[in-house]
Amino acid sequence: MSVAAIETEQLRKVFGDHAAVKGLTLQVAQGEVFGFLGPNGAGKTTSIKMLLGLVVPTSGKASLLGAPIGDRATLARVGFLPEHFRFQDWLTAGEFLGLHGELLGLEGQALKTRRDELLERVGLAPFRNKQLRTFSKGMLQRIGLAQALLNHPALVFLDEPTSGLDPVGRHLVRDVIHELRNEGTCVFLNSHLLSEIEVTCDRVAFIRHGEVVRVLDLASLNGNQSVVSICASGLTAAMVSEMARWGRDIQANGEQLTLTVHNEASIPEITRYLVAQGANVFAISPSRLSLEDIFIETVGKDGGL
Amino acid sequence: MKKIWILARMTFREAIRRRIVLTGLVLGILFLVVYSIGFRMIFTEISRENARDGGTAFALVAQNEMSNFLLLAGLYAVAFLSVAMGALLSADTLAGEISSGTIQTIVTKPLRRSDVVLGKWLAFAGLLALYLLLMSGGTVLSVFFQSGYLPRNLLSGLSLIYLEALLVMTFSLACSSAMPALATGGMVFGLYGLAFIGGWIEQIGAIFNNQTAVQVGIATSLLFPTEAIWRRATFEMQSALGAVLQMTPFVTLSVPNLLMVVYAVLYLLIALAAAVRIFQNRDM
Repeated sequence: MSVAAIETEQLRKVFGDHAAVKGLTLQVAQGEVFGFLGPNGAGKTTSIKMLLGLVVPTSGKASLLGAPIGDRATLARVGFLPEHFRFQDWLTAGEFLGLHGELLGLEGQALKTRRDELLERVGLAPFRNKQLRTFSKGMLQRIGLAQALLNHPALVFLDEPTSGLDPVGRHLVRDVIHELRNEGTCVFLNSHLLSEIEVTCDRVAFIRHGEVVRVLDLASLNGNQSVVSICASGLTAAMVSEMARWGRDIQANGEQLTLTVHNEASIPEITRYLVAQGANVFAISPSRLSLEDIFIETVGKDGGL
Repeated sequence: MKKIWILARMTFREAIRRRIVLTGLVLGILFLVVYSIGFRMIFTEISRENARDGGTAFALVAQNEMSNFLLLAGLYAVAFLSVAMGALLSADTLAGEISSGTIQTIVTKPLRRSDVVLGKWLAFAGLLALYLLLMSGGTVLSVFFQSGYLPRNLLSGLSLIYLEALLVMTFSLACSSAMPALATGGMVFGLYGLAFIGGWIEQIGAIFNNQTAVQVGIATSLLFPTEAIWRRATFEMQSALGAVLQMTPFVTLSVPNLLMVVYAVLYLLIALAAAVRIFQNRDM
């Protein structure tokens, strides 16, 4: 078995008399897209900072890609997009990527090629000669994302990567995460946007008071508990009762039919059945059991305050 | 080593982009113009008096002394401006980058944190050298072309002024790794003022042979050796006659010895080591 991308054991950080992170124990496999969820002040950013060597842990152990945190050679294989994305705003977009590439040990043609590739990827190629201080929040986030990918990292930390982005920007981030997953890159995603986490992550950890309270496999969540809404005309009572073959909690209301299917894989079969019986199907949309529901159930309505 | 160089270049570029270099250049040239005009006016008066006196040897000596005095006055202003430049360049550099968060993408790259401190130090040392070269070079050349006067030991005098500016810049960098820019500024200029007044107490104490006063001066110099280094610089560059006659404020009566220069160099190195050390252990 290959080494874990991230492994922590009772990682703890105390500021004064306040424990920002009480004891984080976590394992993230290589190539996994891992969501880090928790209410404000749960210690998510502090945890990321400890893993990246920005903040020295008070106690506990952690390793990235098999090496203890703070190892310089390992940082050459890690990418990081910090929250708030404050960068050297007197640099142009091209210079900014050039500088960070050089700090990663890239140079010459390899650096130029990678820089241009990423400017193109995040849609900032036309702005390569503009100083970052003229950039909007969304543009800064894009250039920050490009910066995090310069070294084809094996592990990328994204701290709130979509918080300032418009829908187009969010879509871009989502696509980039999918690409990274396909390339076998491990993505550690810290986000408040549960819908974002839901569509991108393989697993999520819920954090409260700097401790992991629950780790959830989103794939298993999806397969078992999908709520399907069907919009169709010509539905008969027989059709509705037949739905019990594939699911439970069946509710019919005029042209609306919803049920919780045992398995998402049965949706095509349901569609075929309804069409064969003469119903006019306009839409079928499965939606997973909301991560938001699980989030509130896990961290509590008080948000862990 | 390579990473230090990359970061030094970055810092240099920052100084250019943020118009620090341009401001220094424009105001520096303005300073030199005003200084040259002032020198011209005074020197013309003296030359006229000399001509009336029939150009005696004494008159020529007086002319030389006046040139020396005016040159040191100019260099005193240059030294202060270089010190201020050094303090301002580095006061916000680490503190500012830590509080804004721009440091986060830098120190999570495969480099030593000391590379960041040393890179910035190198860039500031280069900027200060350029600034001092422009300002002191302009002052010295202005005096030379108008009066033909060149001070003694010019090179060692200017090197000492550079040491003074470097010392303040390095100390400010060390403070900046631990506290906010305003606190750093207050600290640096507070100590600079203390050393300044301590230097005068030492000087006046020397006139009256008051050992205690001299020791107070030495104590403040140990706390912050800027004024001592400046006085060593004037000692190097003052005219031989002026030293004997003790007639201008730039004549150094209680001369800081070479040990004080060595002390200042050590002080600088320790401040740099402290800057690195504090920055290495800081949460960001």
